[in-house]
Amino acid sequence: MGNEQLVQLQNQMGQNQDQDQDQYLTFFMDNEEYGIDILSIQEIRGFDATTAIPNSPDFIQGVMNLRGTIVPIVDLRLRFGLDQIPYGDITVVIVVKTKLDDGEKIIGMVVDSVSDVYSVNHNESTRAPDVGEADNRDFLKGLVNVGEKMVVLLDLKKILTFN
Amino acid sequence: MSIDLSQFYEVFFEESFEGLDVMESELLALTPGDTDAETLNTIFRAAHSIKGGSGTFGFSTVADFTHELETLLDQIRDGTREVETYHVDLFLKAVDCLREMLNALKDEEEPNTAVADEITQKFLAILNDNGNAEPNDKPGDFGLFDDAPGALNEDPTAAATSSVESEVDDDSFGFFDDAPGAPSDEDADEGFGFFDDAPGVPPDNGAGIGVEADNDSRKRWRITFKPEAHLFKTGNEPIFMFMELSDLGEVSVCAETDNLPLYHDLVADDSYLHWQITLISDTDKDKIEEIFEWVLDDAEIIITCDSEVSREVDDQQSPSTTVSTDSQVLAPVTEQQSITPSTIEPEPAPQQIVTTPTPAKSQPIPEIKPQVESTPEPVSKKPAKDENAAPVVAKEQKKTAEATSIRVSIEKVDSLINMVGELVITQAMLSQYGEGEFTENRRMLMLEGLAQLAHNTRELQESVMQIRMLPISFVFSRFPRLVRDISQKLGKQVDLKLLGETTELDKTVMEKISDPMVHLIRNSLDHGLETPDERVAAAKPATGTVTLNAFHQGGNIVIEIIDDGNGIDPQIIRAKALDKGLIDENDDLTDQELIDLIFLPGFSTKAEVSDLSGRGVGMDVVRRNIQELNGTVEVESYLGQGSTFTIRLPLTLAILDGQLVTVGDNTYIIPLVNIIESIQMTPQQLNNAGGDLELFRQRDEYIPILRLYQIFNHEEAVESLTQGILVIVESDNGHIGLLVDDLLAQQQVVIKSLEANYQRVEGISGATILGDGTISLIIDIQGIINLAGLKKQHRNKMRALNNHDMVV
Repeated sequence: MGNEQLVQLQNQMGQNQDQDQDQYLTFFMDNEEYGIDILSIQEIRGFDATTAIPNSPDFIQGVMNLRGTIVPIVDLRLRFGLDQIPYGDITVVIVVKTKLDDGEKIIGMVVDSVSDVYSVNHNESTRAPDVGEADNRDFLKGLVNVGEKMVVLLDLKKILTFN
Repeated sequence: MSIDLSQFYEVFFEESFEGLDVMESELLALTPGDTDAETLNTIFRAAHSIKGGSGTFGFSTVADFTHELETLLDQIRDGTREVETYHVDLFLKAVDCLREMLNALKDEEEPNTAVADEITQKFLAILNDNGNAEPNDKPGDFGLFDDAPGALNEDPTAAATSSVESEVDDDSFGFFDDAPGAPSDEDADEGFGFFDDAPGVPPDNGAGIGVEADNDSRKRWRITFKPEAHLFKTGNEPIFMFMELSDLGEVSVCAETDNLPLYHDLVADDSYLHWQITLISDTDKDKIEEIFEWVLDDAEIIITCDSEVSREVDDQQSPSTTVSTDSQVLAPVTEQQSITPSTIEPEPAPQQIVTTPTPAKSQPIPEIKPQVESTPEPVSKKPAKDENAAPVVAKEQKKTAEATSIRVSIEKVDSLINMVGELVITQAMLSQYGEGEFTENRRMLMLEGLAQLAHNTRELQESVMQIRMLPISFVFSRFPRLVRDISQKLGKQVDLKLLGETTELDKTVMEKISDPMVHLIRNSLDHGLETPDERVAAAKPATGTVTLNAFHQGGNIVIEIIDDGNGIDPQIIRAKALDKGLIDENDDLTDQELIDLIFLPGFSTKAEVSDLSGRGVGMDVVRRNIQELNGTVEVESYLGQGSTFTIRLPLTLAILDGQLVTVGDNTYIIPLVNIIESIQMTPQQLNNAGGDLELFRQRDEYIPILRLYQIFNHEEAVESLTQGILVIVESDNGHIGLLVDDLLAQQQVVIKSLEANYQRVEGISGATILGDGTISLIIDIQGIINLAGLKKQHRNKMRALNNHDMVV
């Protein structure tokens, strides 16, 4: 797992290069497929032991040592208000590098499993419906159809801004 | 073959800036009349290197400028010329100017040559003087009695100015004045020129105006002064009043000549003029009236206050005191020497004759020379010269991302190489033991080798850290100049003492401590020290003392800024804090607590805001900056005796000696410098005060206990006080005991930022990676205390709510 898969994904990315298209890496969480901008992804790796941060929100699993860098790990299920599932050998952490208000941060996100890479035309994505009361509606950037499936595109900045 | 010189620019700039620093500090050591040849040589060498370097790299503006500076230096060095205070001032200005120019060049911009030209002119003026007459830019020199060469000649430029004036009205009295009170421009200081810029002529002494313009408490006063005809007979002299007015602020005077009779009707002893005076000043009406006190009965005086002066107005008025008349020039026209470089430069001024259609005997200036005939000169030269001297708006210091470098003494590098050498030997030894069959004997040798390795690593680490350590004199060295400039501006006499300059400090810490220190020193000078008069009145020596002291204490560096000024009055602070709503009328605060209020945002005690300090955005920023470095700042002040600001900083931001402790499953690090001792408690030593405040009694001291697991919300930790271990730490609030499960090893840890990818966590100052690759968090004692306080508040609130519920 990890680097090999990323290399594969990156190759795929190279083939599908197109001006009007964005590429999204998708992953599964609770049987839903979510997509995040592939350019923000730094690496995909397995879950390692973390060190808990006192008085942090429950979705912050703690910090992990990523080759000498202290990286906070977010459990995306908890962030979305879903039930946590136990971590195992196949638990995946997507490490993203994204620009937040207070600078560029490297953050790991625990998801169920990584799925695929899709190219999405700019005009294909539709806005997520504005109704509903769920708190995490803000996290959604848009919806897109890939074949028969619906993929939810996520707004990383919103997800990873914790205040 | 051509060499790309640009690759050496960085080195050139670095060396030049170093040279400038050297020049500056040596110049400050240069005392007129008592010149040390070595000091002069050092300055000269520095200047020469800059000149040489800039010539090589094609920065001709810098090279030319430095050349003039060097010429004067050379003369002084040869002994053909004595050092005068104004020489030093000029040299210092030149250093500033050079720094500015080099900065511009570094940013790949064209340097602004206006200031350089102005200073060059002054140098030339001095050089051409042959060392006799000193140029007329000494403070306090009244240009009215101008005796500098050429002053008595009617300068063509002056005549030109007068002819501009005369366009409005041909009958005029002219005494054009110059700008007294224009700050930071010695040239203009109190230089009462007979004649100077007419309104509308571009400001030529504006360099210092920007500073003054910051002062927004000033008002515009309009004064109408209509004396009776017999004014002069009562022995009054308007120009002296105007001079006094100009001591209050910027004055511009306009003479009205509509009452002037025809020549044959004119009585020479009578006053026919009246004046419209505009005064921009922060003074009050009483002070203005005081000036006119003696003529109240003999004149009609109307004083009105217009408004607060907007900055814009200021800028327009920047030639400051322009006493001018729209009327005819009676006096022979003499140009005030000190105003522009052009005037200092002794140009051969052709003798000229001013035509005065109406001889006026009622002219207010007694020193007037007999009138001579002249033909009005066309407007010449002067405007062109003004351009050169145009006000230079202090350019905002552009922060360029620059690759910083440090100079390391060869000694430190040698010791580093030594250390690496030993490390290599140890490594070779270990790998030798590692080969072949493993026996008990080898194991011993191996362990020995490992101990050696640990020793080497530690030494190596220390050596590397040493490289980052620089003596604090790097920061201190900039303060003599700062203090000199500020004290001159404030009119205070200050003696700056520097102690412990060799104390070493990490470079990153040093860079960040500089700004807060500047602020504190300014504060001490501006708010702390009194004026010489006040000091003498308080039976203190007229010269105040500011002491900077640096020393090591434990793992910290302590920097003290001590002044022997007036100290901080807790009651004034209290009043101010009440006024600002920072404290409550009922708050019972000790003097020290009151004084500590100055660190709150938005606090300033000085009634008048000056451009130096007092805007109330200072101390809280100072404290925040210092806290960001994991440091603290404290103030101690005794009314009438002075104040001491104490900054405490860790020596380095990179490495820390830590005590590993466990709380439940978690390992934390407590900085060793904070720890006083770690103790296993017995039930007899435990007390309970006020319900939930647990105290540990130790040698007559009661130490509050904070349960770390509670503060961090950790489960499965040791909850029994007697089974855990109490780590007693030092904090701002005295001694505190932290309850932990167990103590692990003590080790040096490399501090990593938690904020870089996450956010600030209260109670945690950073993280580190332990030997096994896991992360451990470093405890911030002060943060823990805050956290405990917050939790308690929260608990109290919850309790209050619960009680409330119960009542309902």
